[in-house]
Amino acid sequence: MLNAKIPAGPLESKWTDYKGHCKLVNPANKRKLEVIIVGTGLAGASAAASLGELGYKVKAFCFQDSPRRAHSIAAQGGINAAKNYQNDGDSVFRLFYDTIKGGDYRAREANVHRLAEVSANIIDQCVAQGVPFAREYGGLLSNRSFGGTQVQRTFYAAGQTGQQLLIGAYQALERQVALGNVKMYSRHEMLEIVKIDGKARGIIARDLVSGKLERHFGHAVLLCSGGYGNVFYLSTNAMGSNVTAAWKAHKQGALFGNPCFTQIHPTCIPVSGDHQSKLTLMSESLRNDGRIWVPKKQNDTRKATDIPEEERDYYLERRYPAFGNLVPRDVASRAAKERCDAGYGVGSSKQAVYLDYASAIERYGRTEANKQGKSNAGMEEIISMGKEVVKEKYGNLFDMYEKITGENPYEVPMRIYPAVHYTMGGLWVDYELQTTVPGLYALGEANFSDHGANRLGASALMQGLADGYFVIPYTIGNYLADEIYSKAIATDHPAFAEAEKAVNDRIHQLMNIKGKQTVESFHKRLGKIMWDKCGMARNEQGLKQAIAEIQALKKEFWSDVRIPGEIEQMNPELDKANRVADFIELGELMCIDALNRNESCGGHFREESQTEEGEALRDDANFMYVAAWEFKGEHAWELHKEALNYDVIKPSQRNYK
Amino acid sequence: MEHYHMNLNLKVWRQKNNQSKGEFKLYRVENISSEMSFLEMFDVLNEQLIRDGEDPVTFDHDCREGICGACSMYINGKPHGPWQANTTCQLHMRAFKDGDTIVVEPWRANAFPVIKDLMVDRSAFDRIIQAGGYISVNTGNAVDGNALPIEKDKADSSFAAAMCIGCGACVAACKNSSAMLFLSAKVSHLALLPQGAPERKTRVMNMVAQMDKEGFGACTNTGACEATCPKEISISNIARLNQEYLMASLTAE
Repeated sequence: MLNAKIPAGPLESKWTDYKGHCKLVNPANKRKLEVIIVGTGLAGASAAASLGELGYKVKAFCFQDSPRRAHSIAAQGGINAAKNYQNDGDSVFRLFYDTIKGGDYRAREANVHRLAEVSANIIDQCVAQGVPFAREYGGLLSNRSFGGTQVQRTFYAAGQTGQQLLIGAYQALERQVALGNVKMYSRHEMLEIVKIDGKARGIIARDLVSGKLERHFGHAVLLCSGGYGNVFYLSTNAMGSNVTAAWKAHKQGALFGNPCFTQIHPTCIPVSGDHQSKLTLMSESLRNDGRIWVPKKQNDTRKATDIPEEERDYYLERRYPAFGNLVPRDVASRAAKERCDAGYGVGSSKQAVYLDYASAIERYGRTEANKQGKSNAGMEEIISMGKEVVKEKYGNLFDMYEKITGENPYEVPMRIYPAVHYTMGGLWVDYELQTTVPGLYALGEANFSDHGANRLGASALMQGLADGYFVIPYTIGNYLADEIYSKAIATDHPAFAEAEKAVNDRIHQLMNIKGKQTVESFHKRLGKIMWDKCGMARNEQGLKQAIAEIQALKKEFWSDVRIPGEIEQMNPELDKANRVADFIELGELMCIDALNRNESCGGHFREESQTEEGEALRDDANFMYVAAWEFKGEHAWELHKEALNYDVIKPSQRNYK
Repeated sequence: MEHYHMNLNLKVWRQKNNQSKGEFKLYRVENISSEMSFLEMFDVLNEQLIRDGEDPVTFDHDCREGICGACSMYINGKPHGPWQANTTCQLHMRAFKDGDTIVVEPWRANAFPVIKDLMVDRSAFDRIIQAGGYISVNTGNAVDGNALPIEKDKADSSFAAAMCIGCGACVAACKNSSAMLFLSAKVSHLALLPQGAPERKTRVMNMVAQMDKEGFGACTNTGACEATCPKEISISNIARLNQEYLMASLTAE
């Protein structure tokens, strides 16, 4: 039943062949076709700009006050591209191979190869837009390393790469708004998909300022609404990031792919107390130069700077000499958890490890001294020069660390711990990024397609922009070419009225509960269940418990939540309640998926399935498939499997030693 | 770092919508940890208000890591509060001590009307960008990224201007509610790059015209914007903007 529509032919010519043969829409017809885009992060903004440029009539929606604030803005470290500017052996094939291997052989070959192919175009496009990437003194683009690779292919703008890329896409989007090709609806939240004759034909959105519901028609609907890491309550996602758009699509028939695949990022600032509302990432790029360690002695209470070199355990360098501190995220996170669980953690909570810049500062200082011809520079001068270099590379991250913790990371090692960061799972899409509902597409983090069971660093920005700039402009034509005879449907059509009524009923139901507990308190409880039982390590018993607990929590939510204020006014608590209600349902499905996948792969670690050394142990014979779940009603889902065929790469036990 | 707890008095601007008249209301929050962020302290206040059957305080916030530019509180007379080079979300409670009274208001500017409580409408910034804050290059038109070497210093200065998060603190800090720092950051970002050259003149003329239309005030070089900018955007960008504007005006056809 699941047809991924992967083009025939050799892997490296699939995309070229597809582009050469897909249907086209002529410019006069494009002007008559309307496309709705939900979300304006990298995927949504790039898609809206590109489709606007092509001449489609685009309506773009975001819940923020401006498309420039979508959470892509917070991405720090960089964006990968197979440019091989460093002459270090990179190629489209290597980027493809690293991504498949990094994803622990749970991604589709054809999609990932296409991603690697278009990666170079993304850099070119962004440079042309004026994205100020870091440059070398010769004026050419600079690169750095990221986890899970042995080449330098990551392009960056200090620790603010996501910001710069998003501003590039945002400016391209605003240009189309000015030209009248895109109509922008900010402070709007999509609350339902409207289907007519089985096809996605529009949405119901809530104007978050007036509280009024609106109907919008589109010949196609693109969901670019990001990931669902906030199901864990604490994550590196923005406070508003949510699953609602994707979840509504799921309940309207779009299958949800690999929902349990969650990325726990190894380098985040540890939790400081119950008041914590979100967690902050310290870019993976810091693992380029920083060294991760814990004391060799359990429960060592000495200050980091008092622990001599020989009493430190650089456990990543010890366990994985080939990749050292640059092992993929899932591996680094589990290794940190292992050390902390064994009693070697640091800080007051003992749930942290050190990320130490002392040796990098000294190394850079010496290089700088050499450059300046200061062969007899003293240690103090070397350290001071080294700090300057580190400041230029990572200054904003160090400042952020100091603001949050009150400690100066130039002087003492940073304390870090893994935190929820990204969700590889998402709406199931075919090669054309279309979900199982015709006319409904999912782009960027909202889909499941490219990262398998673990995403490599600097690949999310690449995928979001690949989908928006270079994939959807082709694949959507293949669908819309057959829609040129479909006139715009008036929004007084019964399907719109029905969808709006359903949304309205649900909002009234929520407001009328008038219970005692706040939305936030339910969200926190859901997050705790998810983190404890469906987090970095999962087992059958815990997952079964979690499912029961979530079902009970759902009942309690729908009978005791308290939402203040009114419906037809600005009401952030109501917005949050809508989102948390969806997170609760999603949480259950994630646990069901994790329970079904009785193997470990990438970020999904089932304690029952590990090697003697504690590494993730895949079970290719039984689980070499995408788990795509169909919504069947309250607490009920049906599993569909998309078999993964590896024609080019031979799956093996991942080895970073 | 020593941690401590504190009780605080909050004087918060409450305004139901942009039609109604606002007023300050007094609240008390207790047992606030010095490790909390300022917005987490507001979370505590809001949970308390909801439990007491009152309307929680509405404010803009999203990433809570100082980059999205959504948060916008005017704290004790300063946009984003007492710390230098900081956003409200990254302000932490160790900036305050037990017994303090903290006054919190929205951004105040004609071009930023209040939506509710501490939330304002900053869509004027988007419209200024629409007037020319971009390079006109359709997807697919680009040449190789390394085909156009750019001096590192220029690229770095361009980046320093492009770091603007569009929060509007510069406008809130300015006695004239001028948007010159915001505008100049965008003009500089693009004028410093060769890719931005073809549209250099029209860009600055159109963006300035839009800024005036939105009702932002004039710049009188007091530097309050630079002093308050969370990303430390330099006021020298305003000098560059004036230069660009003058050059464009003089050579206009």
